[in-house]
Amino acid sequence: MKPFRYERAGSLASACASATEPTAKFIAGGTNLLDLMKLQIETPTHLVDIGPLPLAEIEESAEGGLRIGARVTNSALAADMRVRRRYPVLSQAILAGASAQLRNKATTGGNLLQRTRCSYFYDTTKPCNKRMPGSGCAALGGLNRMNAVIGVSSDCIAAHGSDMAVAMAALDARVETVAADGVTRTIPIDALYRPPGNTPHIETVLAPGELIQSVVLPPPPPGQQLYRKVRDRASFAFALVSVAVVVTREDDRVRAARVAFGGISYKPWRSAEAEAALIGATVTRASFDAAGRAALRDARGYGYNDFKIPLARRTLRAALADATGVI
Amino acid sequence: MAEGKLADPIGLPLDRVDGQLKVTGRATYAFEYATQGGAAYGVIVPSAIAKGRVVAVDVQEAQHAPGVLLVLTKDNAPPQTPWGPVDLPDRFARAEPALDSDEVRYFGFPVAFVVAETFEEANAAAALVSVRCDSLPGQYDLHSAGPTAEDPGHISDGAPANSSVGDFEAAFATAPVKIEALYTTPYQNQAPMEPHATMAVWEGQMLTVHTSAQLTTSPQEGLARTFNIPKENVRVVTRYIGGGFGSKLPFYVDATLAAIGARIVGRPVKLAMTRPQLFHMTTHRTASEQRLRLGADRDGRLTAYGQDALVQCARFDNYTEPVCGAARMLYAAPNRLTRHRLAKLDLPRSDSMRAPGDAIGLLALECAMDELADALGFDPVDLRLRNDTEIDPERDRPFASRHLAEALRLGAARFGWDKRIAKPASVRDGRWLIGLGVASAVRADVLRSATARARLERDGRLTVELAMTDIGTGTYTILTQVAAEAMELPVDRVTVRLGDTRFPPTAGSGGSFGAATSSSAVLAACRKLNAGLALGLTEAEGSVTPADLDDTYAHAGFGAHFAEAAVHRDTGEVRVRRMLGVFAAGRILNAKTARSQMIGGMTWGIGSALIEENHVDPRYGSFVNQDLASYHVAVNADVGSLDVMFLDEADPHGSPLGSKGIGELGICGAGAAVINAIHNATGARIRDMPATPDKLLATLETLDA
Repeated sequence: MKPFRYERAGSLASACASATEPTAKFIAGGTNLLDLMKLQIETPTHLVDIGPLPLAEIEESAEGGLRIGARVTNSALAADMRVRRRYPVLSQAILAGASAQLRNKATTGGNLLQRTRCSYFYDTTKPCNKRMPGSGCAALGGLNRMNAVIGVSSDCIAAHGSDMAVAMAALDARVETVAADGVTRTIPIDALYRPPGNTPHIETVLAPGELIQSVVLPPPPPGQQLYRKVRDRASFAFALVSVAVVVTREDDRVRAARVAFGGISYKPWRSAEAEAALIGATVTRASFDAAGRAALRDARGYGYNDFKIPLARRTLRAALADATGVI
Repeated sequence: MAEGKLADPIGLPLDRVDGQLKVTGRATYAFEYATQGGAAYGVIVPSAIAKGRVVAVDVQEAQHAPGVLLVLTKDNAPPQTPWGPVDLPDRFARAEPALDSDEVRYFGFPVAFVVAETFEEANAAAALVSVRCDSLPGQYDLHSAGPTAEDPGHISDGAPANSSVGDFEAAFATAPVKIEALYTTPYQNQAPMEPHATMAVWEGQMLTVHTSAQLTTSPQEGLARTFNIPKENVRVVTRYIGGGFGSKLPFYVDATLAAIGARIVGRPVKLAMTRPQLFHMTTHRTASEQRLRLGADRDGRLTAYGQDALVQCARFDNYTEPVCGAARMLYAAPNRLTRHRLAKLDLPRSDSMRAPGDAIGLLALECAMDELADALGFDPVDLRLRNDTEIDPERDRPFASRHLAEALRLGAARFGWDKRIAKPASVRDGRWLIGLGVASAVRADVLRSATARARLERDGRLTVELAMTDIGTGTYTILTQVAAEAMELPVDRVTVRLGDTRFPPTAGSGGSFGAATSSSAVLAACRKLNAGLALGLTEAEGSVTPADLDDTYAHAGFGAHFAEAAVHRDTGEVRVRRMLGVFAAGRILNAKTARSQMIGGMTWGIGSALIEENHVDPRYGSFVNQDLASYHVAVNADVGSLDVMFLDEADPHGSPLGSKGIGELGICGAGAAVINAIHNATGARIRDMPATPDKLLATLETLDA
């Protein structure tokens, strides 16, 4: 680890001001950042610890949803009774991620901003456009079993590792930020992440010093919520693919549906195509499969991860069947 | 128990005598030793290339970094004995030099070493060392090296690489029922919790290394060889070990560099490999390609039995995983052929990992037996019973004790095998497909040399000392029980001291020989002491040698694994719901630690069937998975209900206590039972391990239709 300056934030304004330097970083739970610093993948010269800031509350919002402070831990969020009753898909997603110890430490804002788990991003002896812009992408011709199949570019096929964010995408969550100049803005979660294009090292639309203060969940959508994660081992593993669904069934038809995938793209992948295919569709495995095909029409595999395309379709099918009570 | 009368403690489920020390953090591991004067910290700089030469190392910046005491490279490392010799009978006593040449032999090869006042300073300075290398083309792919692989002559346990009985080719060609299948198993890493770590201290010409090692006398000899100093000048101390699984049989550059560093800076130096470093700087289990050819008559008797294995070792090494060892003694067949071929690649060294050879050999063989049962239309338990033998089929010796058939029969009854439906994909539980699988377990039993010292102290306590190790298996505990019983003392009056070359030499922990070997020596010492008490004897030594095992008999532990697997019809996820292992493993010295050994082995069997693998990226010659987030070992949630049963058995011609090795038997065959259960659940025959969800999708698609 390289030497760095450590600052405990005194106020929102001072934290953001300190973090505007290009080599500064906010730190909250540190569950991802510290690992990356030990490997010298992240080499900040200045850490601004937002631990002292009052961002650890979950509050009712005026519109009937919840406002989740950026420092709320994954454990606290998953266990919150309002979340469990009104947003069960979020609780399920969080509990499907990491381990109890990590969830106790990891925060809501930090989870959204975690970096990819691509093996080549982690191995500093290998080319990686995300870690070292312009060096190339070793995953393209390499062991890309865990990499993305949709929305990515020939410069980077890294997948986003969050489970929580997948549920939030299905719930139309919004991210509230504050910048060094005090200006606040609200960003739909789907717009938080930048497509890799030819600048995969720039992962979000956040400006230097811009801090996630909270995540707002709109009032819970009607319908059955479900998170389904498929991974190589039963616990403590990143998703091969995962699906968050919110689906309303009326007789033998789907009246409304929301679908988001994890493990297949650079961001939680909300699929308008799957949702459109599901509206009015019969509640059958065949139509769930058709929705999956629509969702993955533009997907392509890179060799070792080809299987993610059929697996994502089948996992969506399983989730929708469970959520709608199809035997 | 009557007042004053002691129960015989051997076999009782005694709690670990070191358990309290460990859970309260008072068991001192190698890296935790503190010394007077304080230790400096070392960090290794690994190469970024897999093969080539170090052209130049720029140490300027690192040398001037805060706290730095030493930057060691090929330019200033002291002379050492070159690596090897490769043909040394004890390969774990080879010289293990560091930074002694400009050659890079594999990815992650040590190219510099930094010593500083603190770990953080050493680590920061290590990143400032600039290494320039010339890369050479290397060969990294096992499969493509197959055609040019060599006949190694011998496998690592000393047996010939090839064995042949009768006329296999003719028998296989004419067999009425036969199967031929290619199985592959991946690279695996031992991944112990405690990394490889050493603290080295020099006092005059005396070197003491506190290190994490399964062996004591071998690293002592190896370090002496490396530095060309008398063996008596090296002391190896290894009191507690956080897992080894074979990876701590060799010693590594952590010991060499700590010793060199301590010598130069004139202070103790400690270093622990980082988790990513473990994947390259230590050994791994080779990947394998195994061709199984089994032929039988229509009554299910094997007539032809063939296994060909292709394995990897490092370019400069000769380790040959004994893949076909189990095949040579598991079933009767008049015509037999087993062969090993060795591909020397520019990868890190392969060496032992729990049940070397048998763990992956049985994974393939016992799945192939399932395929044969299918082809014959036989129940898989019946097929195994039909081919049982009382005679070691390749060496023509009777087994001293062999209760494979009993294990299969008892296990089948206890597991509910009669409820199995032979036709795959017949049993469903919601969207889960349910199947049952079985596999045999076998692991050869060996005895090594050991000496123990027993001393009756003035306060009536007994002290037992031997240079044995406890790698977490329970050795301290079982030796306490053996000594207590032999001396007719309560167990709390016995102190066992291990892990120090100042104690009498033993073979250490490995290859399942540890318990039988060390307990035999302790028993001999205590018996001698007990017999001499009346004559005033207060201290005695006792020994055991391989000759104490009656070699007119074949010695092995046996068992049977039964597994119930559930496969999700949509996603291909596999869950092992329950598993039973029935073992005939000689006299059990501690029912609790023995059960733990079996559960650990079975858990690893589940892991090797479903999860565990590393990949080589042939473009770079490196393993892709370099941390425990990407290299998956089984976690609690992967393991359903595990049931372990021991048959009442003692080996009458084996070690004096009649015990057998149990450290590895639990993994042998366990994975195959799971793979066979997946076949019964789905009809998918997985031959490329592990059975991750992606490999089941094609079968599930056909079941959809």
